Amino acid sequence: MGSHTITSRTPGVFYHRPSPDAEPYVTQGASVSEGDTVGLVEVMKTFHEVKADAAGTVSKILVENEDEVTIGQDLVELET
Amino acid sequence: MSVIVKDPGLETTVQDTGRLGYYSIGFPPSGALDSFAYHVGNALVGNEPGAAALEAVYLGPTLEFTQDTVIAVTGAEIPAFIDGEEIPIWESVAVSSGSVLSFGQLRAGARPYVAVAGGIDVPLYYGSRSTYTLVGIGGFEGRALRAGDELAIGSEARDPRAGRRVDPGDVPEHPATAEVHLLVGLHSYRLTPESLERFTGTDWKVTPDANRVGYRFRGAELEFVPREQPFGAGSDPANVTDCGYPVGSVQVPGGVEPIVLLQDAVTGGGYATLGTVVSVDRAKLAQTKTGDKVRFVPVDLDGALAVRQERLAALDRIRSALA
Repeated sequence: MGSHTITSRTPGVFYHRPSPDAEPYVTQGASVSEGDTVGLVEVMKTFHEVKADAAGTVSKILVENEDEVTIGQDLVELET
Repeated sequence: MSVIVKDPGLETTVQDTGRLGYYSIGFPPSGALDSFAYHVGNALVGNEPGAAALEAVYLGPTLEFTQDTVIAVTGAEIPAFIDGEEIPIWESVAVSSGSVLSFGQLRAGARPYVAVAGGIDVPLYYGSRSTYTLVGIGGFEGRALRAGDELAIGSEARDPRAGRRVDPGDVPEHPATAEVHLLVGLHSYRLTPESLERFTGTDWKVTPDANRVGYRFRGAELEFVPREQPFGAGSDPANVTDCGYPVGSVQVPGGVEPIVLLQDAVTGGGYATLGTVVSVDRAKLAQTKTGDKVRFVPVDLDGALAVRQERLAALDRIRSALA
């Protein structure tokens, strides 16, 4: 088992869920495939989906909902 | 001859020097936010000044070229690749038909520019090829690029040549705190003297609301001198009777979160203008990103003109060296 960390490609505000009333994209223990959406980053008044760039099981979500994130910041850790 | 957009990146648009001369009828100029990177890009690929280029932000686009040509990437510090091989930036590079330009993760700055020999050939709209996305005019169909778009390339490159390189000493740095010069006024008298000092003494953080229209900052609260509002001014102490907003002007609605208006901004309104960022320093602002800091260094009119003259002289010198 290895681990892989999904990072942010843009600066902005991170969201766990597609809208305030929706279920989170992923929670700890969820299994994701490459290309699955694991969160949103809002910047310049637009939302960008954060996609998993590897398959695995979510071991840690490293940012809180509505945290400001920077480019390259670790967002979600996967066990691969 | 064209460029095919494989992946548009984020808000990638066609820009040139801007749509000048229509400000009085409410048309902001648009145009490359980092005019320095834009002009140097054109010089590198041997274009006439004013040829249209691509401006991206944070994420670069992925582009396929359908003919041999010469390109240059300038602006933000970002790894750029042709067919997976890293290429130098601030240098002209030959690309072959079928080659694909792509980008890695941004290291510093915010906006990469892609200049192509011959320029991006979109129709002139009111004298400019710049995209003004808010009303959907200019550029490529008045909007940011999308996957599958095919952009025509002009055929009138003056002297395309690979291997032109900007002297490393002339490549702008992107410090964690950018300093931009601020010509104080027109309504700086509306702030208390302590608040005006606080404004220029604060390292302001760029918020996620930072785009071609304007940049919003956080870092301090400012107080206005109490007064009975004059006829025509709103009730917010930050309000004045409506006036024109200079491009680069700073306003502070409610005394919190100052906004610097940029090239796609509204041309007038009723917020007090505390000062205006010197035009050439908008290039520095354009290379700051969400989370970066900006400090406003006050200058008087002579100081502002000197800053502008110095920067334009540097650009002339670089152009001559690359010619």
